[in-house]
Amino acid sequence: MAIFSVYVVNKAGGLIYQYDNYVPRAEVEKTFSFPLDLVLKIYDEKLVVSFGQRDGIRVGHAVLSINGVDVNGKYTAEGKDILEYLKDPANYPVSIKFGRPRLSSNEKLMLASMFHSLFAIGSQLSPEVGSSGIEMLETDVFKLHCFQTLTGLFFFSLILFDQNLKSALEIAEKAGTFGPGS
Amino acid sequence: MAAACITASGTARNKPEYHTHQEFKLMYGMLFSIRSFISKMSPLDMKDGFLAFQTSRYKLHYYETPTGIKLVMNTDLGVPNCRDTLQQIYSTLYVEYIVKNPLCVLGESLQSDLFSSKLDSFIRALPFFSVRAA
Repeated sequence: MAIFSVYVVNKAGGLIYQYDNYVPRAEVEKTFSFPLDLVLKIYDEKLVVSFGQRDGIRVGHAVLSINGVDVNGKYTAEGKDILEYLKDPANYPVSIKFGRPRLSSNEKLMLASMFHSLFAIGSQLSPEVGSSGIEMLETDVFKLHCFQTLTGLFFFSLILFDQNLKSALEIAEKAGTFGPGS
Repeated sequence: MAAACITASGTARNKPEYHTHQEFKLMYGMLFSIRSFISKMSPLDMKDGFLAFQTSRYKLHYYETPTGIKLVMNTDLGVPNCRDTLQQIYSTLYVEYIVKNPLCVLGESLQSDLFSSKLDSFIRALPFFSVRAA
């Protein structure tokens, strides 16, 4: 299991520290010819695939670079609008890199505050009296652990499930215990 | 977007006030926010998405069908991942007694007594359902 990132949030819900451990994100670079068979849309100031999932390029992936040059939101590095650029058949064949968009620092601030509120609602929704907020949130890809100090600071960390670790644990379990005879 | 809680039942609830509309709206808002939160946070592409969260007192399990029906189960902390249980509830109970019932309007509040009683007996038959002695 790898710790992907750690966030420290203060009592008011503002992010005060953030640490990212580098995890290689899946990026796919492909050369396309006119017309482009993926449908792109603008979402959150980024160009995102909305239809046409294929070959490792999934819905939700953002355009990361065009012809090797990193894009700047919905504009290329030179300031040209990407959608306009892709509508012109003279610019093809074009090589576009897609991948999961990285979080900007503004987005991290927003997400940290969002989690702070979710933590509070978690304690309100409790069927039992006197519950704390969310301590652990589980998805199929990562686990998020949260710890609240007595002074009101939050520490939460994202931990990735490592597939290799899981299968290694299974093999170790099957191997049995090492008794005095071995 | 509109959301309607179509059924809610509890067996061991220590809070004095029972299910209110406020709670349903809060729960829906919370689940929607959690889903959007994890889709932004996640470093890798997700297949199943949000599974469960736990606090110091309870664990909330979540399962969403491709048709948009969301099943939520609140349990004790000792219960392991019960996504399969929720999937079973959907396929053997909801589909059988609600979807296939011509009198039940889909999307509206569930009126079927048969569904409620079958759900109740299903939950009681689960291996991790046990009434703790006081």
